[in-house]
Amino acid sequence: MARSRISAIDVQDVTKVYGAGDNSVKALDSANLTIFDNEFFTLLGPSGCGKTTLLRLIAGFEDITEGKINLFNEELISLPPNKRPVNTVFQQYALFPHLDVFENIAFGLRRLNKSNSFVDKRTKDVLELVQMQDFINRKPNQLSGGQQQRIALARALAPEPKVLLLDEPLSALDLKLRQAMRFELKNLQQETGITFVFVTHDQEEALTMSDRIAVINEGQIQQIGEPEVIYEKPRNQFVANFIGEANLIPGKCIKNGKDGLCKLSTGQDINLEIPLSFKKGEHLTVFIRPERVKFNKSKGSSLSKIQEFTYLGNAAHIQIISNNQIINATLPIDKAKTFHKGDEIDIEFPKSFSQIINS
Amino acid sequence: MNIQGENKSKNNFIGLMPLWLVMGIFMVGPLLVMAFVSVMESNSYGGIHLKFDLSGYRQILFDTNLFDVMEFNPAYIIIIGRSFLLALGATIISLILGFPVAYYISRQKDNVKNLLIFLVTIPFWTNLLIRTFAWIIILGKDGVIENSFTFIGVLDDDDSLNLMYTNSAILIGLVYSYIPLMVLPIYSSMEKLDIRLIEAASDLYSSRLHLISKIILPLTLPGIIGGSILVFVPSLGAFIAPDLLGGGKKLLLGSLIQFQFAYARNWPFGAAIAMVLLAIIVLILYFNARVNKKHEKFN
Repeated sequence: MARSRISAIDVQDVTKVYGAGDNSVKALDSANLTIFDNEFFTLLGPSGCGKTTLLRLIAGFEDITEGKINLFNEELISLPPNKRPVNTVFQQYALFPHLDVFENIAFGLRRLNKSNSFVDKRTKDVLELVQMQDFINRKPNQLSGGQQQRIALARALAPEPKVLLLDEPLSALDLKLRQAMRFELKNLQQETGITFVFVTHDQEEALTMSDRIAVINEGQIQQIGEPEVIYEKPRNQFVANFIGEANLIPGKCIKNGKDGLCKLSTGQDINLEIPLSFKKGEHLTVFIRPERVKFNKSKGSSLSKIQEFTYLGNAAHIQIISNNQIINATLPIDKAKTFHKGDEIDIEFPKSFSQIINS
Repeated sequence: MNIQGENKSKNNFIGLMPLWLVMGIFMVGPLLVMAFVSVMESNSYGGIHLKFDLSGYRQILFDTNLFDVMEFNPAYIIIIGRSFLLALGATIISLILGFPVAYYISRQKDNVKNLLIFLVTIPFWTNLLIRTFAWIIILGKDGVIENSFTFIGVLDDDDSLNLMYTNSAILIGLVYSYIPLMVLPIYSSMEKLDIRLIEAASDLYSSRLHLISKIILPLTLPGIIGGSILVFVPSLGAFIAPDLLGGGKKLLLGSLIQFQFAYARNWPFGAAIAMVLLAIIVLILYFNARVNKKHEKFN
């Protein structure tokens, strides 16, 4: 997908500390990132990792302790939230209970001193965008969670913000609705061309919707990249474990370099690229996704055995034990059906999908 | 089934006995006695004659002159009007002063909040009469205010600001007495206000003033109305502040009623005025209930 490379949001060495003295908590630790214009950017991490803090700093609800945030190359710090050309979709929607749907959506437009006819037209347009035009006179408490969610989205989109901030907007919806809304959000972002900054703890949400993802843990940005990169080339064990399932197998370096060799605790020797920083005999960890693990029924005697076979419908999850080391594998169901619990097997770790990973 | 149902309602009645007793003894009983007294003939030595007579009510509007002809007498209507205006003034001033206080308290951290709420209720710990006397010392001739002005040279030694025995003094007394009753209900509805609504409004370009008028005021309306009633109703019937700070120069409803029972010995007339006062208050409460009901719909 072609993207312009204009920087929409520049986060520079931003640190946020809550409280003071001994009780202080560092929610964000010198975070750096650049979000480009027209990008669907996701801040992903477990709860309490600082992702929401970063969003609130951009919105202006919290003061930055150190560092600065630029919005289209203009510094934001001095601006209160009501002067920032960004809008927020709140986790619990925060619709104004005393105003009807129309007035909720018109709220921001009226503050921008738009003419009545413009407010009327724009409000109806965004209602159509989120397919809620029939609910224009309802009060928020007369709407279901999913409907409130759409109105919150419409309200934030109505003033055509330069950047839309979304704070776990789908977390209160049930699964089916959540999945449908993912596509709608993504479409909406492409239709409007507005930069979306999306906060979530749901890795599947992040992978399916984002142009790029920043994985955050304990106030620190772990990795920034496209979903494929984050998934296939995680930079450390936290990212590997947080996104999808990962096998992290301890091993020993036999030969480093592009054509390296490593002895795994499972007993196999495998070929993979080992950075030159690892010396011969040094301990390391090899990362491989379960769906990349290959195996065949063993001809002779083998170290590896299928310990658990879990049927998942379209696939099967297979737990292998090899020299006391557990390895997880997933197989498409047709292929998996040829294996059974207790089978002795030979495992293979394809070179292109195995990598050394830092802790 | 039927018998069981009857048993159940009987049990309910017995279970609710304490409620009926409390309501009966403390609420309904005294009111019925008042209503009864208001329609009896007065006894010039105090108390009543057991004879139906509506002259208590008639007296509010009409006077009998020397020739036994009924004449319209506006004196009591004026007293009711004046009481009404003073109570209204006290309510408005309490609202203007109390609302920001409640807002400020609700924005503090929990431990600060509790301390401030505690401070707001402290005046209730002392007798109202004594606290009102304190205001005489503050407002009176050679009182705290006048002496301060004299000290900084704004006021000559023998001049007086004449703060005491004015409507303003009464207003100050009423506001002082009842402002906690304004702060507490407003604070309570501010507490219920979702902070994210405030964030959402400022996210949508609301200035502070706009935020207060379009989000906070409408959403704390039940507290504002509740507080206003709690200030207005006792202000209407107050007699300590009017007597001590107003010097009893201009009669107000509370003082008038007190006067009828304690000195003029016209119980039915006093009771009749009290009943009129009650009717006004019930009307206001009815209005409040309707507004609240409307409010519940979206809260």
